[in-house]
Amino acid sequence: MADLKMTGIAKSYGDVNVLKDINLDIKTGELIVFVGPSGCGKSTLLRMVAGLESITGGELKIDSTVVNDIPPAERGIAMVFQSYALYPHMTVRDNMSFALKLAKKSKEEIDASVSKAAKILQLEDYLDRLPKALSGGQRQRVAIGRSIVRDPKVYLFDEPLSNLDAALRVATRIEIAQLKESMPESTMIYVTHDQVEAMTLATRIVVLANKGIAQVGTPLDLYERPENEFVARFIGSPAMNLWPGKVVATGAQTKVQLADGCEAISDVPTTEADMGLKVNVGVRPEDLRATEATPAYTGKVDFTELLGEVTQIYFDAPAGEHIIAKLPGIVHGLRGKTIRLTAAADKVHLFADGRSLLYR
Amino acid sequence: MHIAGQKSSLSWAVHISVLALVALWLFPTVGLLVSSFRTSDQIATSGWWKAMFPSQQNLTLRSDAPELQVQEGDVFVIEGMLFAEGKNAEISVWGVSSRAIDSFVAGDSAPLKKGGTVTVQANGQYRMENTEPFSGTRGTRIFVTATTPPEFTLRNYQNVLFDPENAEGMAKAFINTLTVTIPATIIPIVIAAFAAYALAWMEFPGRALLIAVIVGLLVVPLQLALIPLLKLHNEVGIGKGYLGAWLAHTGFGLPLAIYLLRNYMVGLPRDIIENARVDGATEFQIFIKIILPLSFPALASFAIFQFLWTWNDLLVALVFLIDSTGDTTVMTKQIVELLGTRGGNWEILATSAFVSIAVPLMVFFAMQKYLVRGLLAGSVK
Repeated sequence: MADLKMTGIAKSYGDVNVLKDINLDIKTGELIVFVGPSGCGKSTLLRMVAGLESITGGELKIDSTVVNDIPPAERGIAMVFQSYALYPHMTVRDNMSFALKLAKKSKEEIDASVSKAAKILQLEDYLDRLPKALSGGQRQRVAIGRSIVRDPKVYLFDEPLSNLDAALRVATRIEIAQLKESMPESTMIYVTHDQVEAMTLATRIVVLANKGIAQVGTPLDLYERPENEFVARFIGSPAMNLWPGKVVATGAQTKVQLADGCEAISDVPTTEADMGLKVNVGVRPEDLRATEATPAYTGKVDFTELLGEVTQIYFDAPAGEHIIAKLPGIVHGLRGKTIRLTAAADKVHLFADGRSLLYR
Repeated sequence: MHIAGQKSSLSWAVHISVLALVALWLFPTVGLLVSSFRTSDQIATSGWWKAMFPSQQNLTLRSDAPELQVQEGDVFVIEGMLFAEGKNAEISVWGVSSRAIDSFVAGDSAPLKKGGTVTVQANGQYRMENTEPFSGTRGTRIFVTATTPPEFTLRNYQNVLFDPENAEGMAKAFINTLTVTIPATIIPIVIAAFAAYALAWMEFPGRALLIAVIVGLLVVPLQLALIPLLKLHNEVGIGKGYLGAWLAHTGFGLPLAIYLLRNYMVGLPRDIIENARVDGATEFQIFIKIILPLSFPALASFAIFQFLWTWNDLLVALVFLIDSTGDTTVMTKQIVELLGTRGGNWEILATSAFVSIAVPLMVFFAMQKYLVRGLLAGSVK
């Protein structure tokens, strides 16, 4: 139920810059996911929104109020921690009503909020238990319930699922998605390093890298139209393949000359001026397919992984990382063979100096 | 190599050490306890480990006084029991002179120095006969060697604890020790809990230095501070009372208290405290509602330590609780004095000593769970 606006947010510890010049508008009802490699500052940014870390530069507004120097409790936020951070000596009910008691709410009001949240999260039978008598998933739900009862302007989630096992993680992810649907007015910020969580939950994803924002966009935007090589390789698994090449034909479609007589045609438009431009051609492993015509890539299969629904093929790479292709179904006997691969023109990305030619 | 589930080859050494330690601790304690229920005669003739068996004792008993004699025909007779009623002792040999205490066996008759004879039966019954009337005011001494059954008495405790006439009793000293110990335990814990929270979780300049100073103070022997501190107390005017002793114990206990509690509190999960902060708790509310309940094991373990060593303390009491009236004598000091005045009365010493260790024992057994938990603080999630 609140907008959130970051203008030039920066964070430094002494001389060490952790984040700089973060500009981001978050609108009411959005679920924004911060993703990025370890140490990119995504949790720090979240904790700055929460008020647990000081903001060393820029301005943070919640509902057009600058909250830089307002203590956490008065910002109207609620946070769910990775470790749940339940109070171990209090029952589930006391855990959930702690904030309301501190806010001196009436007993009826507290009871109503707690039982409502408990109902949403199916915790009604556990209200009088201590956290140690709950399973991991239940503890996580208590942590979420504790933030729901406060009816905050902004929900903050700091890697809430990373302490759960794989099956429970999927179930809880779906619960969070349903919870978000049941509260369409609430604004949420969610930090994760798990791509699947980011892709499934986010209204928009913010990719953080190199102390700043690499790209902001809907999950499919990031997948289909990455702004730079970092986002292209960060989103999607396995990562996008990149080959160096040279532009040899321009226009509505662009033709790129690659090593070993290979070439690729892309739907990314270019102009006369781009003739001879050195670019990196990017194709996702799942977009590569075998061809008899002029290939975009030719290589000898180093080894294969049979995953059932797909077969992942790793090619010899004289320098750098393996080139990877994903073929549907189970394909036997590819090892040691030389394969010619190409991709549809609309699946071929072009990057110059790390930036996508789409966004010039 | 140690494989889980397998016994280490050194486990027998561990078991033997544990057994040795238990024995080392148990023997004196049980000995003290048993001795405190025995009479001085029993203590003098046999060790406490024989308390459960009949013991052979040399006793000096006295017949009834001559004024109880009766005339039967032309002989004067004194008849009675040598032992108190209900005592099932059995006499083997006896005598009427301290130089020959085993001249006669039970049932024999012996001539008396002043004339007449005495007959002593095995159960202690005696009969003195004389043709002349018995003279004098006191009965005749009879030396017996008797086998007495095991006997336990509460008289020592009655004497030491409940006899208002006994100026050397432990009752007053017991109360005095409690008066010193309880505030001397509570005051440092309260102060240390606040200090430890601040040192663990509040940012302020000089915090690291303060922690270093506290660690440094841990190794300062308290003897260093005795005289200057006493001088200070005398100048302030609290040199001769409980207040001085409480403050001294507080001061000497604080470095360890702060150090222990701070180390425990700093290990509490940061997330919980931050969550409380987001929930709107002030620092004081975080301290009272989150930190204190979660630190209970550490608080309890330090409380036990502090209680035990203020209870057993003699040095601080001697220096800071100077009493000429004897109204504030603590138990440790009382026992020292008893050693001087009643050094031979083992039954009094054993009982007094056991009175003084009874409370530490109870505290230890009641709270040992927290003691162990507090010592292992942080190692188990």
